[in-house]
Amino acid sequence: MIAGLAFYLFAAILIACATMVVTSRNPVHSVLYLILGFFNAAGLFLLAGAEFLAMILVIVYVGAVAVLFLFVVMMLDIDFAKMREGFQRYAPFGAVVGGILFLELLMVMGTWQFSGDAAELRLSPVPGGVSNTVALGRVLYTDYVFLFQIAGLILLVAMMGAIVLTLRERPGTRRQVIEDQLAREGKVEILSVPSGKGIRELGIYRPLPKPEPAPKQVSHGHGHGHDDHGHGGHH
Amino acid sequence: MQALQDFLATPVGHLVLTVAQALALLVPVLIAVAYMTWAERRIMAAMQLRKGPNVVGPFGMLQPFADALKMLMKETIVPTGASRYLFLAAPMLTFLLAMIAWSVIPVNDGWAIADINVGILYLFAVSSLGVYGVIIAGWASNSKYAFLGALRSAAQMVSYEVSMGFVIVCVLLCAGSLNLTEIVRAQTTVWYVIPLFPMAIIFFISTLAETNRAPFDLPEGESELVAGFFVEYSSMSFALFFLGEYANILLMCSLTTILFLGGWLPPMAIEPFTWVPGPLWFALKAGLLFFCFVWVRATFPRYRYDQLMRLGWKVFLPFSLVWLIITALTLKLMGWLPA
Amino acid sequence: MRLDRFARSFLLAELVSGLGLTLKYFFGKKATIMYPYEKLPLSPRFKGEHALRRYANGEERCIACKLCEAVCPAQAITIEAEPREDGSRRTTRYDIDMTKCIYCGMCEEACPVDAIVEGPNFEFATETREELMYDKDRLLANGDRWEAEIAKRLELDAPYR
Repeated sequence: MIAGLAFYLFAAILIACATMVVTSRNPVHSVLYLILGFFNAAGLFLLAGAEFLAMILVIVYVGAVAVLFLFVVMMLDIDFAKMREGFQRYAPFGAVVGGILFLELLMVMGTWQFSGDAAELRLSPVPGGVSNTVALGRVLYTDYVFLFQIAGLILLVAMMGAIVLTLRERPGTRRQVIEDQLAREGKVEILSVPSGKGIRELGIYRPLPKPEPAPKQVSHGHGHGHDDHGHGGHH
Repeated sequence: MQALQDFLATPVGHLVLTVAQALALLVPVLIAVAYMTWAERRIMAAMQLRKGPNVVGPFGMLQPFADALKMLMKETIVPTGASRYLFLAAPMLTFLLAMIAWSVIPVNDGWAIADINVGILYLFAVSSLGVYGVIIAGWASNSKYAFLGALRSAAQMVSYEVSMGFVIVCVLLCAGSLNLTEIVRAQTTVWYVIPLFPMAIIFFISTLAETNRAPFDLPEGESELVAGFFVEYSSMSFALFFLGEYANILLMCSLTTILFLGGWLPPMAIEPFTWVPGPLWFALKAGLLFFCFVWVRATFPRYRYDQLMRLGWKVFLPFSLVWLIITALTLKLMGWLPA
Repeated sequence: MRLDRFARSFLLAELVSGLGLTLKYFFGKKATIMYPYEKLPLSPRFKGEHALRRYANGEERCIACKLCEAVCPAQAITIEAEPREDGSRRTTRYDIDMTKCIYCGMCEEACPVDAIVEGPNFEFATETREELMYDKDRLLANGDRWEAEIAKRLELDAPYR
């Protein structure tokens, strides 16, 4: 009874959240509703006895994906007036696309058939007394191991593609090379100097750099006129 | 006695029992959190050759309560232009998440309130949600400092969760269960800190980043962002953030204790050690880790943001991945894989 | 060499030595002074709360030369003077606005008769701003209260003047 109530509660909140994601004016609120939706979906998974999936949903979608969503959406600077501008113009087009999708969904639903043993499967989602996690692992890493690995590879390629597309090598930029910095041999020493003893006596005093050779004296012949550089050092 | 047991078997009785269990865990946790703030100030002070709070009560032991009272007396300020509900919800969320995570922590054999199969995943999920309190606070404050703090925190916590995940997988490979009680029981022969020492270090450093502690306290960054994401908070909502943060630290210390330091188990199952009860061992280990948290804070300067990202993605992630493969290979080749 | 460096950074040698240093200080002697109960010694030149001094016979030292008023960089001192019944030149008003004062000690330096001095007292916080507008009575009272210490301080500092 309690499980049934909980199911309807989670489902109702989930649907309400999904609606709010679309209708909410503020995109940040939309994402927050989306997160609440994920939570309720996780709750539904829990009710179905799939605790591993529920936790993974929370960790991956709520804990990582939605954070990045929020990260991006928070930084958007959205002009709502401008967004509504083309509403009238695009509304019929959007309605047609939506209608086609809806019709297709209806056609799919019309020909949908439940498999014969669906009822039993629903009653025992976990086969033979092992925990959820073990059951999933057994299936994923035996029957479907290649598909699983391929899915992983596709994600890896997508990730690398994103990096390759956005990585720019600009000429003339300098980067910090931490290894080189750490490997630098110490030219600067820290010494504790007893008070009253000059650094000169202790031999810490670093001698002044050699005086640069004096610039060559250019001899000015008298009679060249008394211009500015005559005042420099000839007096 | 029989009547009591009958009552506890009814749904209402079950509810009462659960609430009582939760209180029995959360009240000590909150008191511990209060004393953690005191202990932190004392330890930091000692390391800086100061004495720290020692006036209110014996050794300053009443200082946390004085602070709490002061917080309660202050005015709650909601800045203009702030998103009011989210602004007030953020600290509650932080505090709530820090509290509900405790439901799966076993402080002794079989003492967890909810001894669920996927306990470690639950903890990992709840701790990864902690970032929302920070992000929502930063966004709802309508303040640039707070917002910058929130952005930093979002990137930081997501980054360090990845390496934390790999470290946890290493431990799971050795323990062969996602249940926290089972993980501790699997450490009866040897604590995982010994075979998985580098992983323990990485996990500890990642928990520092996960709880926004120094040297990874960029979301707060007093010297550049004033107080970061909670710059606009005052009074009770500030206190909730504070409590949530320290409860999270304690939670992470407990998690490290469970994963690497053998939870409630004594160091050796011989006479003088076995006299000390399990929960006390647990508290001792968590306390030691908290000391390390404070010790690190008193020692190291704050990371620069790009250094933080580099450490997370270019050092910890590859290293923990390689170590995971080594662990798996060793377990497989030596035939030590748990059934 | 490279290997050595690699090992050092890999084993977090620098971080561990840093931690060791803080741990050493953790057990070190603490430098805290428990202020209201413990105080550090003050230099005889310490510039604290102002006071107007008297001679041993009770006659006030100030002769209303107004040098302190003139030298005060913050213009915190206000003096008005009139001849007294016995014909000596005395102040009728000697006010110091302690909220303006920067405790530079120039008044003390300028005074030809050591009348205005900055004493050793620095604990004169008040609850209102008005209480910090010192008048002549207050300054003379300060002088009477701190005379013993002020005299000792002047004596100690005299060789360096």
